[in-house]
Amino acid sequence: MKIAIVNYGMGNLGSVRRAFEDIGAEVCVANHPAAIYDANRIVLPGVGAFTEGMKCLANAGWAPALHEVVIQQGKPLLGICLGMQMLATTGHEGGETKGLGFIPGRVQRLDVIGCKLRIPHVGWNDVNYLKDDVLFDGIPDHSDFYFVHSYAFVPENQEHLIANTSYDCDVAATIRNGNVFGCQFHPEKSSKAGRLLLKNFMDYVPC
Amino acid sequence: MLKIRVIPTLLWKDFGLVKGVSFDSWRRVGPVLPAIRVYNSRDVDELILADIAASLEGNPPDHDSVSDFSEECAVPFTVGGGITNLEQIVALLHAGADKVAINTTAYSNPNLIETAANRFGAQCVVVSIDAKRYADGRYSCYSHAATIDTAKMPVEWAKEMAARGAGEILLTSIDRDGTMLGYDLELVEQVANAVDIPVIASGGAGSYDHMIEVVKNAGASAVAAASIFHFTEQTPTGAKNAMQAAGIPVRRNFVSSAAK
Repeated sequence: MKIAIVNYGMGNLGSVRRAFEDIGAEVCVANHPAAIYDANRIVLPGVGAFTEGMKCLANAGWAPALHEVVIQQGKPLLGICLGMQMLATTGHEGGETKGLGFIPGRVQRLDVIGCKLRIPHVGWNDVNYLKDDVLFDGIPDHSDFYFVHSYAFVPENQEHLIANTSYDCDVAATIRNGNVFGCQFHPEKSSKAGRLLLKNFMDYVPC
Repeated sequence: MLKIRVIPTLLWKDFGLVKGVSFDSWRRVGPVLPAIRVYNSRDVDELILADIAASLEGNPPDHDSVSDFSEECAVPFTVGGGITNLEQIVALLHAGADKVAINTTAYSNPNLIETAANRFGAQCVVVSIDAKRYADGRYSCYSHAATIDTAKMPVEWAKEMAARGAGEILLTSIDRDGTMLGYDLELVEQVANAVDIPVIASGGAGSYDHMIEVVKNAGASAVAAASIFHFTEQTPTGAKNAMQAAGIPVRRNFVSSAAK
């Protein structure tokens, strides 16, 4: 099972690559869009700002390639943190920026959606399931995962919301639209719980 | 609910881990890699690695070593020491660091904090502040591994760094560092009250009670400690048990529900 990690210039690539190697995946760091076509799974990692991230994706021609492989061919994609946020329709970070649009929704700063605590939201927080999902097989409800972000995904359609976390207000922790998954937390940095989640993603077979 | 983090700090100089007292009289305490392995196997919340000699000696970050270290680290890994430009941050992130801690260069080139936060996101940029208390009770920030007095006040400096996009403040009391006499509560409280970003208290932890008081009384979002974990029988898990008993939310070790 080969997994391509999209290297658009902004991720904590080293950590993501190692986490997948750890669970026995064959990992390819995709430095250009052509490299994702022969992978079975795609990961869109992310550390950084929405506008900058979308600019990097646009410049190198990632967006059409991702659309073809993920939306048309139906290969499973996991977006992590900024990678999850860029799945949205729009981002609201220094003006409005168009996202990939794979899961309808918008990305807004935590204080805009009602959080009055310290921003960024940094650290381990419990993830609360709203529905069962293959990603959480073997992971008990309310397990802690590592978060580090200032913006949050607000899905347009509640059906796409798999799990929340609470940081003064409800924050989308995991979203899914068919074969497209997104985690606001960092599974690659969430120790054993995170490794299990990544393994579940690798083992998931789209119907 | 967000948990209070317990973060072992690894002070790294030349080829090994060191311990000092108030940033002085460093002595070797062992190699880095086995320490990271042990902390990782004990499922700690996060790790901070600080190359304490880099800025002092003008060396760039050693990303090859960081790459070896991060290989063993499945939890968030912050790397600091000697960072002067964006390219080094890119190299560290590729090497497996999740966050970078910037101290000395923040004073000479505060723009680096802004450009790094814009490029990599605020959450990736930890500003490390080493502060010393004067006899009159005022505090001052020191650069170059606590050798140069910058004449900046920690509260003002932390505010400026937060405004420039820092995601966290790693606040170390130079006076308390390595003494195990307890955190400088006044220092932590002043800074934690002044900024809206998380403040990691560092320097002086000698008992679990010290950790509890800096969280409850001074508002720290995380506690960093080195000596207590290296030189006493106290452990990060023990710290979290004590903190939980004191009513502080902490992360419990993960147990899978799958018996498949």
